Amino acid sequence: MPDSDRDIVVMTGIDKSFPGVHALENVDFSLARGEIHALVGENGAGKSTLIKILTGVDRADKGTITLDGQSVSPRSPLHAQELGISTVYQEVNLCPNLTVAENILIGRQPSHFGVSIDWKALNARARESMKELDIDIDVTQPLGAYSVAIQQMAAIARALVISNAKVLILDEPTSSLTTHETLQLFKVMRKLKGEGIAIVFITHFLNQVYEVSDRVTVLRNGTLVGTYPTASLSRLELIRLMLGRTITVLDDMTAHKMESSHHIAVESLLEADDVGLANSVEPFDLSLHAGEVVGIAGLLGSGRTEIANLLFGIDRPDIGSIVMDHKPIKDFSPHASIARGVALCPEDRKVEGIVADLSVRENIILALQAGQGWFRRIGTKEQYEIADKYIKLLSISTPTADQKIKNLSGGNQQKVILARWLAANPRLLILDEPTRGIDVGTKADIQKLVLSLAEEGKSCVFISSELDEVLRTSHRIVVMRDRAKVTEFSGQVDEKGIMQAIAGSAS
Amino acid sequence: MNVSFARTWSKLTESMLFLPIAALLMILAFDLFAIPGFFRLELKDGHLFGSVIDILRNGSPTVILAMGMTLVIATGGVDLSVGAVMAIASSVACIMINPTITGMALTDPGLFLKDPQYSWAPLWMVIVVPLIIASLCGMWNGMLVSYWRIQPMVATLVLMIAGRGIAQLVTNAIKIIIFNDTYAYLGNGWIILPFSLYIATAVFLTAWLLTRRTAIGLFVESVGINFRSSYYSGINERRIKLFAYTFCGFCAGIAGLIATSAIRTSDANQIGLYTELDAILAVVIGGTLMGTGGRFSLLGSAIGGLVIQATITSMLSFGVPASAITAVKAVVVIVVILLYSEQAQKFIRGVGSVTMRGEAAR
Repeated sequence: MPDSDRDIVVMTGIDKSFPGVHALENVDFSLARGEIHALVGENGAGKSTLIKILTGVDRADKGTITLDGQSVSPRSPLHAQELGISTVYQEVNLCPNLTVAENILIGRQPSHFGVSIDWKALNARARESMKELDIDIDVTQPLGAYSVAIQQMAAIARALVISNAKVLILDEPTSSLTTHETLQLFKVMRKLKGEGIAIVFITHFLNQVYEVSDRVTVLRNGTLVGTYPTASLSRLELIRLMLGRTITVLDDMTAHKMESSHHIAVESLLEADDVGLANSVEPFDLSLHAGEVVGIAGLLGSGRTEIANLLFGIDRPDIGSIVMDHKPIKDFSPHASIARGVALCPEDRKVEGIVADLSVRENIILALQAGQGWFRRIGTKEQYEIADKYIKLLSISTPTADQKIKNLSGGNQQKVILARWLAANPRLLILDEPTRGIDVGTKADIQKLVLSLAEEGKSCVFISSELDEVLRTSHRIVVMRDRAKVTEFSGQVDEKGIMQAIAGSAS
Repeated sequence: MNVSFARTWSKLTESMLFLPIAALLMILAFDLFAIPGFFRLELKDGHLFGSVIDILRNGSPTVILAMGMTLVIATGGVDLSVGAVMAIASSVACIMINPTITGMALTDPGLFLKDPQYSWAPLWMVIVVPLIIASLCGMWNGMLVSYWRIQPMVATLVLMIAGRGIAQLVTNAIKIIIFNDTYAYLGNGWIILPFSLYIATAVFLTAWLLTRRTAIGLFVESVGINFRSSYYSGINERRIKLFAYTFCGFCAGIAGLIATSAIRTSDANQIGLYTELDAILAVVIGGTLMGTGGRFSLLGSAIGGLVIQATITSMLSFGVPASAITAVKAVVVIVVILLYSEQAQKFIRGVGSVTMRGEAAR
């Protein structure tokens, strides 16, 4: 337990709510001196919220933070930096048109009598700080002239120089690095660790967790799953912890699902034959049938969303063919897909789903109206009828249909987006992470809805990073890994097999 | 002051029309007290004249421009070229009435001397062809913005600058004087009220029917608020933008015809000069958000156009020299910016809630 000799940061009982979401619930986190501590979890697990609280971007509702045995509450990123907590973000936020030296020392530039900048000293100090990271480059060149990896090193050097950092947080630092650059970064991380600096390493690349970290903390749905020595945790176990297998009230759904599987049509509705897109997803085969829910499982970035985008026509495949109703699809666009009876409830609700300033009613009828075209306007009275029908059916909690959607909670917004697609009456409904960031009750509602839609004869594709959810709702499960379809499970689904397929090894 | 007042107040202030109407009423109230006889109307030959009528007449081109500009701004863009498109439309109209300066040999060169009313092209074509060309200009802007993904400000700047040059080219940089009385009716005619007011009303009604009786209005707003969500919902956002800019060009064409007709001259340098700024200001006064787009109100923009003209007419009647009018406009801009700031909006709404709280305390 907390040991002030060993631990430099101890966060206890951290709680944080945003409107509509309980982002963190009673989370404990401790960071030891001179360790590399990996922080993992799927989207919405609470990693970024936890880091934002530690770096002063957000304030916790409850809980305490101690740094070096002293109780602290960082008010802003600047304050956190003064305390010795520095962060290097995924996208390097430096100025590419300034020199490396200027970037490293801006705000701390050495000067002649406080008047003019002492360029010589500035460059010398910058060169020195880069050398400490074992990087020998010309610091008088513009930062933009160097690779992303070097830019990241400059960001790290800056973090170390300007604040005498004791704690360094690296938020997805490797996502835009090549393998070689990643190794270079790891070397620097190990060196800093040797100097007693504690490093929090956020990543979704599990092999990197194993390569560089000493301990790993797993978060899921805003709660702490646990902190483990990395070496003693098998890869399979880690994935199990990340994806979760929380058994809730919903298990009668399994029986329901088995029963409904009799309704699955023999003939396929949509047939993807060797469909792929360079830099997106490797060629895959997939057939979808009326009355069936096909789950897509896999980690973040494994190609789940890419499949959805191909099926819905956001992207055009550069190989293979998609056949629907015995006709190969030529016209790839959301508009054409909707006309064919395909709907996609996209992953990023805020950016791709809601139209914030429009009312709930207008959001619900949007896709239906788009399908009808510019001039066959749905009458106002009919709009209210449609909106009220779905508000009731999905028990959307809103004062009136005229409420702006941005004033609703995340779960209710998601229901409105679902209603938008149900109103368009599609034959194939693709749901990409429909339950992300919403409460358990609403999750259960949505899962039940998906099954009943299948029973009505719709074909559904259900994408989720929560494995138990996929298992519960799907008749058939496609497993994705590293942007390729790995395998497909149907009938009696074997949970362990799926996890092994996701992990890519039996270890 | 009671709770029901507070409720009405909050409903009133949340309406997009609240500020434009309030502004118009304030200016008219000022006129009532400060300028004697401002509201006097005279009936001459069955036609009404007076300062209020002047506001309606002179404000018509701005109102017309504001209709197209509203849709463009609602999609999240802006059109700086409407003034230049007005000049193009007027040059085309004038050259069609009198093409002699192009060196074209008429069958009888003395036609214009014998009959000043003579028009080379039939008058319906003098109206229709410039409008088609103006719409094409708008479509060009729309192409640049929606298909080439050029920033609206930059894309429309091209035509703003090039447009006046094109207008000069059309008329060989000569100001053509129009003697045709039928054409002059557009900007100078009266049927009890000024004829241009009827045109403005017709454009307003057309714009309203086109957006609110079809799904176009909803799509324009949706694209302005979140074009990705709109795209995912199956809306062809490019086509919607193309439509908005084309319509804006069409409106500019109408305003251009009225403007040349009013001064009976094609003046490529002066016609529509700086009107794009008036049109944008009218839309902003009307409550449509500049830059972000989204929700729009055509009626608000129309009232916004009248607010600008009312200010100018009032100041002129009050004795402010015409050369200082731009300074007055600057004051309007500053007031609008302040009034539409979040703080001011909160304050205005707060008046109601304070009453409500006071009532509860009692």
